[in-house]
Amino acid sequence: MGLHRLSVEELQAALRSGECTPAEIYASCRAAADSAQPHIRAFNRFEDGPPPPRGDAGSAPLHGIPYASKENIAVAGRPLTCNSRILANYRPPYDATVTERLRAAGAMLLGQTNMDEFAMGSSTENSATGPTQNPWDLARTPGGSSGGSAAAVAADAVPFALGSDTGGSIRQPAGCCGVVGLKPTYGRVSRWGLVAFASSLDQIGPITRTVRDAALVYRELAGHDPRDSTCLPAPVEDPLAGIEQGPRGLTLGVPRALLKEGLDREVAANLDEVLARLAREGASLIEVDLPMMRYAIATYYILATAEASSNLARYDGVRYGVRAQASDLDEMYRASRTRGFGREVTLRILLGTYVLSAGYYDAYYRKASQVRTLMRREVVAALSRCDAIVLPTSPTPAFKLGERVDDPLQMYLSDVFTVSANLTGIPAIAVPSGLTRAGLPLSLQLMGRPLQESLLLRAARALEQVCGFAALRKARQPLPGEGVPA
Amino acid sequence: MPIDDRVIGDLQSLGALRLDPQERRTLMANLERVLGYVDQLRAVDTEGVEPTSSVIEVGNVLREDEPHACLPVEQALAQAPARRGDHFEVPVVLGEE
Repeated sequence: MGLHRLSVEELQAALRSGECTPAEIYASCRAAADSAQPHIRAFNRFEDGPPPPRGDAGSAPLHGIPYASKENIAVAGRPLTCNSRILANYRPPYDATVTERLRAAGAMLLGQTNMDEFAMGSSTENSATGPTQNPWDLARTPGGSSGGSAAAVAADAVPFALGSDTGGSIRQPAGCCGVVGLKPTYGRVSRWGLVAFASSLDQIGPITRTVRDAALVYRELAGHDPRDSTCLPAPVEDPLAGIEQGPRGLTLGVPRALLKEGLDREVAANLDEVLARLAREGASLIEVDLPMMRYAIATYYILATAEASSNLARYDGVRYGVRAQASDLDEMYRASRTRGFGREVTLRILLGTYVLSAGYYDAYYRKASQVRTLMRREVVAALSRCDAIVLPTSPTPAFKLGERVDDPLQMYLSDVFTVSANLTGIPAIAVPSGLTRAGLPLSLQLMGRPLQESLLLRAARALEQVCGFAALRKARQPLPGEGVPA
Repeated sequence: MPIDDRVIGDLQSLGALRLDPQERRTLMANLERVLGYVDQLRAVDTEGVEPTSSVIEVGNVLREDEPHACLPVEQALAQAPARRGDHFEVPVVLGEE
């Protein structure tokens, strides 16, 4: 009956009406994941089987729903490698808050997913265990760093997955894979148990096939956690309450000046077409000016690497992780770290160390922190005139494996439209918006006001409706063996 | 911004890394390229602008100052690459110089 193809909401309905059981859903998803895995390698590992049943459809909001989790989010007793050699043998003794919350909500972990090492990358090619392939075209990357999670959802192996987003790592792979990816407001979701990359930017969020599912999962993840001092005590509204209000009455801001250069032709045409449809359905479009966003990538790569170089100082081979043998302590640190980190992580540690070092601190770190202030002012001002800002998720559709891997700067520019939401702390969501002529997913991004995820999700639902991607999703060529009953 | 041997030497020492010569050349080239790119920030007038290090405006949210259980010693040591009794064991620190 293809339970693995159903959305979270459809599965909930099927469970309520007694058409299926959690065990049947789990088995269907596992079979789909097993069949997709040799082709896309989205998963690092699978659980042995479903967890013991928890609650019922009445008491547990995600009762009987399988999911996949990016392997930088702690699950007690399971590997937490971050796809790095330095954590190859590490198993955390505790659960991340989001893992705890999803378990309490009745969701069932199916497996953990591949990622760029320590979430540093935009293609999942920086994984120490090898890349994930895009289910829409196996020669292309699924984006990154949450590429395994996005590919698993796109290949119909799980109805939802968790990702983490420091500069676009939920939204960009969601865009490449034709699925929905939500980065909540900074501080909305607890980071307890998320391996830190850049602590002032990191945020966990859901990757799903529909906007309504993103709202359903977000509702379970969001909310204060005393174990994360940056997790906000603000109340979480029900994002589903007003989600069907449609485009009428929405004011959407378009940063036209920013979109003049560097956009793929089909990405640009898709944006115009979708905006025209939204306008026809009653949305008002205004132009917003975001000149500081031009500097987003430069600002991001100073601040994110500075924070990363500090956060990654903890991997020293002393308390956990992989230790290289050496006769003295300093040499042991150096040998463990040099062998443990891959090339991109090493580059970012060096870069972060450089921008923080005496003599360069003011010119780089302080300067970037000041530009960040200007960016935040600019975005807040723009969002006082509109409900959400619309722009593409990425300047191009999914790119080919190997195409950018030797050119870090080219890779960084994949995130040119996503990093500003992290720098300014606002929520943002990627929504599939069409297909290229070659049949690759296109995606648009909406950025909203801080803590107004409900309004953002309403706008995203309106965008999803005018794009009609549910029908286009069927155009994906099945993977070898996909859809063949086991 | 030229990255010469002295600069990369300092960075690898601060970052507790030891790069092999081949890798070092690639990293130096990539560092130079990225630093060249981020130099565009010089064009932004930031005179008198306060830096932002966190976007949270309400400040830190502190939990109640109450004692609570922490990780048991055995669990904390369970993943140690080397241990002796209740301690993490590391190579000799003192005594050579």
